[in-house]
Order: sequence, then structure tokens, then C-alpha cells
Amino acid sequence: MATKTVEFNVGQSREMGVGGAGASSPLAPFDIPEPKLGSEQMLINIGPQHPATHGVLRLVCELDGETVTSVVPHIGYLHSSFEKLGEYRTWNQIVPLTDRMDYLAPLIYNCAYVMSVEKLMGIEVTERCKIVRVILMELDRIFGHLLWLGTTAIDVGAFTPFLYSFQQREKIYSLHEALTGARITTSATRVGGMMADLPEGWLEQLLEFLDNFPKTLEEVHHLLTGNQIHIGRTQGVGVISAADAINYGFTGPNLRATGVPYDVRKDRPYYDYETYDFEVPVGEHGDCYDRYLCRMEEMEQSVSIIRQAMARLPDGPINVDDPNISLPSKTDAMSDMESMIHHFKLITDGIPAPEGDCYMAIEASKGELGMYVVAEEGGTKPVRWRVRPPSFVNLSVIPKLAEGHMVSDLIMINASLDIVLGEIDR
Amino acid sequence: MADEQKSGLDAVDEGPIGSDAHEATEPAFSGDPSEHPSVAALLERFGDEVQGHRVAAGDQWVAWLAPERSHEILEWLKNDPDHAYDMMSDVTGIDYGAGRPVEVVYQMFSTVHRRALRLRCPLPLDAMEIDSVCDLWKSADWLEREVFDLFGVTFKGHPDLRRILMPDDYAEGHPLRKDFPLRGRFSRAEQTRRALEQDVERFYLVDDLQAGAPQEMSASPVGAITDGEAEATPAQAGEDD
Repeated sequence: MATKTVEFNVGQSREMGVGGAGASSPLAPFDIPEPKLGSEQMLINIGPQHPATHGVLRLVCELDGETVTSVVPHIGYLHSSFEKLGEYRTWNQIVPLTDRMDYLAPLIYNCAYVMSVEKLMGIEVTERCKIVRVILMELDRIFGHLLWLGTTAIDVGAFTPFLYSFQQREKIYSLHEALTGARITTSATRVGGMMADLPEGWLEQLLEFLDNFPKTLEEVHHLLTGNQIHIGRTQGVGVISAADAINYGFTGPNLRATGVPYDVRKDRPYYDYETYDFEVPVGEHGDCYDRYLCRMEEMEQSVSIIRQAMARLPDGPINVDDPNISLPSKTDAMSDMESMIHHFKLITDGIPAPEGDCYMAIEASKGELGMYVVAEEGGTKPVRWRVRPPSFVNLSVIPKLAEGHMVSDLIMINASLDIVLGEIDR
Repeated sequence: MADEQKSGLDAVDEGPIGSDAHEATEPAFSGDPSEHPSVAALLERFGDEVQGHRVAAGDQWVAWLAPERSHEILEWLKNDPDHAYDMMSDVTGIDYGAGRPVEVVYQMFSTVHRRALRLRCPLPLDAMEIDSVCDLWKSADWLEREVFDLFGVTFKGHPDLRRILMPDDYAEGHPLRKDFPLRGRFSRAEQTRRALEQDVERFYLVDDLQAGAPQEMSASPVGAITDGEAEATPAQAGEDD
């Protein structure tokens, strides 16, 4: 039902002639002559401490009247030198650094990092672990998109979707807490498996969330998708063509909104994503509205993927059965001499890696998240640990997107990119 | 002073562990290049420039290139329809330490052929320069700025090469280089003192706000650092007070 409404509105908007920065707004279909006003160039500084910048981002704008002639983003206010810190930590000690980057979808980062290290070391994780990670990554995709939905709606004046989405986010917080003991800084993964298996009753809790969540999505659809104010603020705003989007490095829903069906889950599949039945939603105009529609549809697809993954979740061990990689159980470490030695060696030395490098790209909630690890022969710490943050590259496009728009559109464009400064500044 | 006390954390000031213990390994030719059309074509067309290739992590192809003609080769890889690497996913650097060359790494992906390729260009420490690929892929803009900021690699022809994560007036070098100590070049007290001495207002002066203009540091009372050598040690700075 929801998708029908979507198509109807997109079609309707096109009749109104939306599709470029100069198009008339559906709110003002008549030609109102522009009043001739004198204007002068001015410089406006937005941020770094400003709610509309979605983090400690600073935008220096050059304005002609109210029209943006150029934007220069300044970043680095949240720089924590995670990549440098990683060079002094063993493979498993880096996991807590990863969820502090994208704290809006921490489990995706946890999983992506260990997947890269496992690929470098040639570790094949258990089937159960793979599927649990798929569930967690899709759950956090919803988690990240929900925050985007709420805060972006607030930026264009819609307060209610914010409340709805945060109500659902709270349920995912509870799921995080039940699984890892933490709500945001989850640190749930380990090289070769997970910190712990799913706790009892967790899947039932997840199922309850999945049952209720689509209703919220539908409510938000009713509130925003056909809302003329929302359409007026988003359609034709921040348009980018497909070829430009690829050249500028757009990934994730931002790229798909331009009509390019590039999804790492489909194009470079990992964890058997090719066997799951899901669709990659693409837009056609590459504007803020299409980005909104793509993310809304992606959440529904994620629900479907989680259901499929839950159906095929096997029993069995969650960690690989190799004492040189996975920690022994606490009981064994306390009672069995050999297990204790393994425990000691793993904690004090860490896991030795082969010489080489590995770039693991996965589809995070914001786009292509690349984890690049470089190791030397037998190294228990990385020589280089590089994170390719999707928001970093997405944000670099903002000067192009915002040029010629109003200041208020700049706020919408910035919000529609779905950035998180934790991963941009690292 | 606290310097007398030894703690377990002192080791972190001695530079990254593990890097120095290994000899520099020359990139070798391994793997069968006919498995990856682009690597095979690179060898055929730019055989002299390719310094090595191998398969990393099971299925990822890596090729080492000499930096001199890297722009020409990357341009060809982007524009040739048989390769069409239209997406520059990542540009980053690697510093192994121990005098080994700093490498610039390109992660490329072709949405046409669904094929990925990684190129690594080793730059000797006395010539840390490479041509910018910003004119080919706009995504390289900020990525190259980051490599410049954190590794000190100069990208020739970059339209706006300035620091991006560190402050514009950061004078202590390039943090991701192995010779940069984890905790910075100064004690925490000295770092705080420098931060407090900064004129906060200047970040919001109209002259400094000008779009794209790097913020010039006014003459600092504490000596700026050149070539990574600390001229003002914490002890000396304390005496000045």
C-alpha cells in the first residue's frame, strides 16, 4: 500500500514540473514575479555547534542575499586519531574503537572490522556466526536510518516522525543492551566470532520489534511521503546526476537515489547476501526526496532480510573452533591447563596475522564502508588500519549540491546526506 | 617530574611496535595475472611501470606502480572501456616505518564490469610527491587531502591541498607517520598550554572565514616546529614562563 502512495506522489510532482533547482515549488504553482531586491555578498558561519549540522560540522557559506554561492565544510573537530591508536592495539582490542566511529549504527562497524581481519587471516567463521552478523547488520541499518529519518524530518519542521522513529530506536537500544550490555558502544564482535551468543529470549524480542516496526513506517509514510510541505522542501533540492554521483564517490542510498543500483551487498556479495531475496530500491531524480524514499524502502527490505535470516539461523557454535583464535570458555580456562595457556597467549600476544593487506567493503547504513588492514608477517597489531568512511566522501559533495540553493535548502541537503561526524573525523 | 616514573604506558612513546623488526620486502610478481584482465593489460601496456602484483586475502588483486607515470596509468584505467574504473573508492597511505617508502593506495571499482583493483605506489621518503587524480575522480579531493594531512604526501595539481582533519595551523608534522609519537610531540601540559594560548576569536574573523582560505596562524609565542624536530621541549617552555 505504502509503495503505491509513493509512486503516485512522484508522478504527481513531475507534472508540476519539479526536477531542477529552478523549478517552481508545488506550493506556489503560479508565476509570482520576483521582487527586485538589492543584495550583497556575505559570509555566514554555521556550526560547529549547531543542531542543524548533525554533529560538530562547520559550514562556511558565502551568500548572495539568501542564495548560497559557495560552501566550504570544515571538519576535524571530532578527530580522535582512531587509526593511529589502532596501530598500538592488538586485533581484538581495536573492536571498541570501531563502534565509536558510527555510533548510530555501531554493530555494522563492529562486523565490518572483524570481517576484514578474518579475510586477511583466512578465517572462515561458522554458519551461525555469519547469520547472526547479517541479522545484526540489518538491524543496525534500520537503527541508522531511523535516526536519519527523525532528525531530517525535524530539520524541515515535522516533529512527529522524530518521536515515532525514536520510539522504535529505543526498542533497538534494548536489543543492543540485551545482546551486549551496552546501548551504543556495543563492541559485540571478536575475530573469529562474537563476544557472546544470542541471549535467551533475544530472538523473540527481535520478532516483536519486527512485527510492530512496519506499522511505524507506514505511519511515517502517511505523515511525510505525500505531505506537500515535505515534498516542497525536498523535491528538486540537491539534485545530482548519476554520472556525477559516481564520480564524486557517492555510495549508499545517496547514490541509489540517482538511479545507480550499486549496492555492495549485490555487487560484491559477502556473507551469502546473494542468497537472500531482497530488492535494492533506486530513485530517479537524485534529489532529497528520492533519498528519503530509498531509505524508507531500505528499512522494509532490511526487515525482510532479518526475517529470512532468522528462518535459516542454525544451531551450533558461534565461534570458530581454533584455540589460537577464539578464547576458551571461562570454565575451561580455570580448570584445564592447556586452555589456560591458550587464554594467556591470546590475551598477552594476540592473534598473529600473515603478511598482506585486505580491503573489505560492506554496505553500511550510509554507504560503502571499507575496512583496509595491512599486516606484517606474524604481526599481532596492524601496520595500518584504514577506515573508508562513507559519510566522509558523501559530505565532500555538499559544495556542489548546495550551490545556487537557499540557506534553508542547504540545511535539508546536509541532512539528506545522512552524515555522522564520528566516522568523518575518526 | 613525572618523567622519572616508569609505567607500562611509556612503551607507547617509543614508536609502533613490530614495524622495525622486518626488512623491507620488494613487491614480487605472484599470482596468475590472466585471472584479472586489468592486471594483465597493465603488464602488457605499462610493463616497465608495474613493479609487482599479487593476490591478497584470497581474491583481491594488488599491483604496485612506479609513481612517475601513475596519473597516466590511472587515467587509462578509468577511460578505457575494457576497464572503466569509474569509482575511486579510497585513496590512503601506508607507512611501514624503518625508512621504507610511504605507499599511496588506490582502491578502485568498476561499476560496469563489477571488478575491483588495488594499486599501490611507493614513494621514497625524500620525494613524497605524486600526481593528483582529483581531475579524474572528484571523490579523490578530500581523500587526497587526508593523505596529505596525515602522511605528508604532496599531490601535484590538487586544487585545494590543505589539512583536513588536523587544524590548519598544526605545526607538529603528520600524525600517521611512524616517526610521530602516539601521544604527540609534547607533554599533555604543554599541549594544553598551547591550546589555551590560541586566539579563539580568530576562527570567526571575517578575513579568516573566507571560503577556502587556509587559516594562517599568527606568530606564536612558542616556537613553531620545523621538519618534525621539537625546538621547544616541555622543560624549556616551562622556563620561559
